Amino acid sequence: MRTVKYEDIVKSIRDMIIFSTTHLAPDMKKALEEAYENEKSEVSQAVLAQLLENAKIAEEEWKPLCQDTGLAIYFVKVGTDVKVEGGSLKEAIYEGTAKGYEEGYLRASTCDCFTRANLKDKAGYNLPPIIYFDLVEGDKIEIEYAAKGGGSENVSRATVLAPAAGKEGIKEFVKKVVSDAGPNPCPPLVVGVGIGGSFDMSAVMSKHALFRNIGTPNPDPELNELEKELKDELNKLGIGAMGMGGTETVLAVHIETYENRMCHIASLPVAVNIQCHSSRHAHITI
Amino acid sequence: MAEYRLKTPLSNEDVEKLKSGDIVYLSGTMYTARDAAHKRLVDLILNGEELPFELEGAVIYYVGPTPPKPGEPIGSAGPTTSYRMDPYAPILIEHGLKGMIGKGKRNQDVKDACVKYKAVYFGATGGAAALIAKAIKKAEVIAYPELGPEAVRRIEVEDFPVVVVNDTFGNDLYDEGRKLWEKK
Ligand code: SF4
Repeated sequence: MRTVKYEDIVKSIRDMIIFSTTHLAPDMKKALEEAYENEKSEVSQAVLAQLLENAKIAEEEWKPLCQDTGLAIYFVKVGTDVKVEGGSLKEAIYEGTAKGYEEGYLRASTCDCFTRANLKDKAGYNLPPIIYFDLVEGDKIEIEYAAKGGGSENVSRATVLAPAAGKEGIKEFVKKVVSDAGPNPCPPLVVGVGIGGSFDMSAVMSKHALFRNIGTPNPDPELNELEKELKDELNKLGIGAMGMGGTETVLAVHIETYENRMCHIASLPVAVNIQCHSSRHAHITI
Repeated sequence: MAEYRLKTPLSNEDVEKLKSGDIVYLSGTMYTARDAAHKRLVDLILNGEELPFELEGAVIYYVGPTPPKPGEPIGSAGPTTSYRMDPYAPILIEHGLKGMIGKGKRNQDVKDACVKYKAVYFGATGGAAALIAKAIKKAEVIAYPELGPEAVRRIEVEDFPVVVVNDTFGNDLYDEGRKLWEKK
């Protein structure tokens, strides 16, 4: 059994948060540069130029790319042959999150659902995070992190279609979600789609789909094709950067299914998680 | 698509020449407020009480910035989604507000108030928060410090970059821009 020190996890998480909220991930930067080259509308192109300039300033000054530094979202894979010494893994993630957000001068955005009071003094700075744990073989801990802002989360949707709706029904639903969202979630977007499993699992998968680097193909050739078709169709909507009208609305569509396309015989769950251009995601293995 | 440099406070004359799609660089004093602060401002108006700043000609920026690092006037400061301010904006416009800066669609009431009382809704680039912070030279909390990032701040800006979304003629850049580029 391998042991990992509690403090080491706290520090890794803290550092990952501060770096990834100020340094645009290379896949996003490349996708924005390509969008800038391809955009036909002048207004949208001007917006894309601002986003690239913003990324440059943020990186040079270690200044947050966006003021909405989000809820901290984690997907964690824990090996069965590793244990944490000096505290629990969950506590370490909480502590690393609070430290990263507070010491990185990031915004604390967690609040009470009803009173809307900020939770920073009650629960801790930008606590609690959202964590999905999974058990896997091996002696490593793999942590994927994203800072998920509210603007793009607010326009995300989930549904359960009738099985007869099929692929066409899925496409229609995704198109409706992106079309209704319009300018609000800060396009250009990455669109995460979760298909199958259960109502809740489709939503979790739609979020996890956002962690895949843009440009990495879907391992399932049929889904890979569907992703490309959807991207082309979504770009026909004309929404453009920040909704000002244009040709580059969607940078990528990423689809995940449950255990190789499983769902119940009576249902077809579909969830769409929208990600803005400020996709701050990172991943560490401890 | 014209380009303008304007100084705040804005006059009717200033806003009446603007058309959706125009690029504007704003300089001068502006105020920041989000939903919680808007609710309080509207309550003050309804109770006939004095506001923490002069509303006539004012521009309000919808933002909840990150905390500033030592020595900085403000942290990253991009716009937040504007629809949350829709229930409060028309009454502020009626009482002299001339400009709002945010991102995303406004409802019909806000657009109608812009036409009736002469005001403009500007879009700033969401997520360009480090870039926009460069245009903010000074920031000072002037009301509701207990709201944290949502407190009302007086900010001094120089060439703050925005695009006119809703003008005083009832135009909407989001609808027009999309129609122009939509492929059936
Ligand atoms: S949607 Fe994204 S880019 Fe826009 S304000 Fe929210 S976090 Fe920032």
